[in-house]
Amino acid sequence: MRQRTEFIQGNETCVRAALYAGLDFFAGYPITPSSEITEHMAAHLPRIGGSFLQMEDEISSLCSIIGASLTGHKVMTATSGPGFSLMQEALGFAVMTEIPCVIADVQRGGPSTGLPTHGSQGDVYQARWGTQGDHAIISLTASNHQDLFAMTVEAFNMAETFRTPVVLLLDEITGHMREPLTLPREGEIPVIERLRTSVPEGVDYHPYLPREDGRLPMSDFGGKHRYNVTGLYHDMWGFPTTDPKVIHGLIHHLMDKIENHAHEITRYREYYLDDAHTVLISYGCSARTALHVVTSRRRRGEKLGLLEIQSLWPFPAELVRAKCEHAHYILVVEMNMGQVVHEVKKAVQDPERVYLANRVDGEFITPTDVRNIMRLVHGRGV
Amino acid sequence: MAIDQYLRKRFFPHIWCAGCGHGIVLNNMLRAVDQLQINQNEMVMVSGIGCSSRISGYVDFHSLHTLHGRALAFATGVKMSQPNLTVICPMGDGDALAIGGNHFIHACRRNMDLTAIVMNNRIYGMTGGQFSPLSGTGITATTSPQKTIDREFDIISLSLASGATFVARTTAYHYKEITNYIKEALQHPGFSVVEILSQCPTHFGRRNKQGDATEMLQRYRQNTTSIGSEAKQKNPELIERGIFRQETAPEYCAEYAELINRAQQS
Ligand SMILES: Cc1ncc(C[n+]2csc(CCOP(=O)(O)OP(=O)(O)O)c2C)c(N)n1
Ligand code: SF4
Repeated sequence: MRQRTEFIQGNETCVRAALYAGLDFFAGYPITPSSEITEHMAAHLPRIGGSFLQMEDEISSLCSIIGASLTGHKVMTATSGPGFSLMQEALGFAVMTEIPCVIADVQRGGPSTGLPTHGSQGDVYQARWGTQGDHAIISLTASNHQDLFAMTVEAFNMAETFRTPVVLLLDEITGHMREPLTLPREGEIPVIERLRTSVPEGVDYHPYLPREDGRLPMSDFGGKHRYNVTGLYHDMWGFPTTDPKVIHGLIHHLMDKIENHAHEITRYREYYLDDAHTVLISYGCSARTALHVVTSRRRRGEKLGLLEIQSLWPFPAELVRAKCEHAHYILVVEMNMGQVVHEVKKAVQDPERVYLANRVDGEFITPTDVRNIMRLVHGRGV
Repeated sequence: MAIDQYLRKRFFPHIWCAGCGHGIVLNNMLRAVDQLQINQNEMVMVSGIGCSSRISGYVDFHSLHTLHGRALAFATGVKMSQPNLTVICPMGDGDALAIGGNHFIHACRRNMDLTAIVMNNRIYGMTGGQFSPLSGTGITATTSPQKTIDREFDIISLSLASGATFVARTTAYHYKEITNYIKEALQHPGFSVVEILSQCPTHFGRRNKQGDATEMLQRYRQNTTSIGSEAKQKNPELIERGIFRQETAPEYCAEYAELINRAQQS
């Protein structure tokens, strides 16, 4: 059977993938450039008997999906720039209470209301550190619709596996761009379901007592186990505590369950890296430009390669170090004042090899922009 | 005592000060649940942050202690995703109407079958006695050493204007009314608001020379009256207690179920 190919926007791709992953509850508040996600959810969800809510703001959007996740649903919200800022408090709540959810941030130019209709990749650090306090987070991204579909499904899978919010970091350019998407068949991409407790009714269930492998089987709210959930530091029953031993254990658990599995979470693509003298590192929309530069230069025999990172957090430092080992130059291509470039510098040996190729005026970074910076780096002038 | 079965005694003693009105609310709320014989496995309590919100830890229901002001937002997701559950949201006055004011009016407007309880002690208890949007003018608080000039909300008018379909008020002194109104509210198929004037002797009482908890409760006896009573006509200053609205209107989850039907047929 031939597979169906559709010519659709990235935002709609994200919706299709979320449904594929089993999403049945969405709440959101309109904001450019993510509104199409909310609109397509409103169209699709009632047809499959799922729930769609347009809430009064982004705060309540995220809060309400967290509530719905607790009752056993796969949930998501989508937003951009200012809306993502409003979500930070509830994002931390989901981290602390270990409630799976997916938050799509379709990045636009910031700070503040900034550039609503233009692309940017300025929220990379916000995804990592936007909510207060020490914590770990998972954040995924993609540069084309086929990968965006896969990464969205992965976002749901990882949210369940690690009991955590996952930030799907998209951007205005991939979100609004139309290109062909071949819809994966059922079963083609694995879909991970929630791990539920096998503790029978009437037996003391400990919602926050990790198993030996660090995982915490859940029990649907409104089901057979009654327990407490709080954003305060809590014990194994979910009850608030200030016991230093319990606090120590919980913060380490929250960090370790993600940081210690960074290798499992790492997702990337690589092009021509084997013998590359100049390694481009990029992600999201910028990776499209970087790929164009690399392929056209390869045709001229220049030894360029591209590492496209799809899992931004936890940052795949080991991967970057290994792939850059023999590079003479490393060029990080991104649409911000330099965010991932700092992580790359931290990751590699001899960080003086690392340069930033960026564009921050709202226009999509072009191959010429990258080539000009490359000429400078190679000492050839523009 | 019958309500024992609804308490998580493992987590006592509670954090409230002696004489705090929040315990009275807890006691009489549980009586309402008991009288209605609601299955504990179908009861969800969602609260925000504040002394009042700590109530959710002590009840043996599904309990969700969330963020300051956001109880109704979380509750909306719980109820929408599982409409068979009975969802009750106890909130402080600052919690419900300062930081949570926007969620409050929108929850009233949506008319989802949730029960909102506002435990109104006219002060921020948990953070040490700052004034709240319910304090009213002339009140001494840690952030109003010269007394407040901020006017207060009237929770009842706000709820009525925003579209809540069940609206009632009583006080911690009138504990039987607490049970009765919460019972009515839990049974009401739509968004219910029950305002309970509660006392914080530690911060409000002490700073405003209102005496101890007993005196504060006595004051609620004296400065309130039933809706439309003769006393109210003689003394318009009295605060009315009773059910201000009880009417049915399309309930959100029911309407959404209809919407699904339409979407699946077309
Ligand atoms: C976003 C945020 N802002 C401020 C606080 C601090 N805070 C905690 S409880 C509270 C007010 C509590 O007062 P109220 O809601 O009236 O409840 P009470 O303690 O009097 O029962 C405040 C301001 C917080 N936890 N979160
Ligand atoms: S501070 Fe006030 S509201 Fe808080 S527990 Fe004490 S008396 Fe109650």
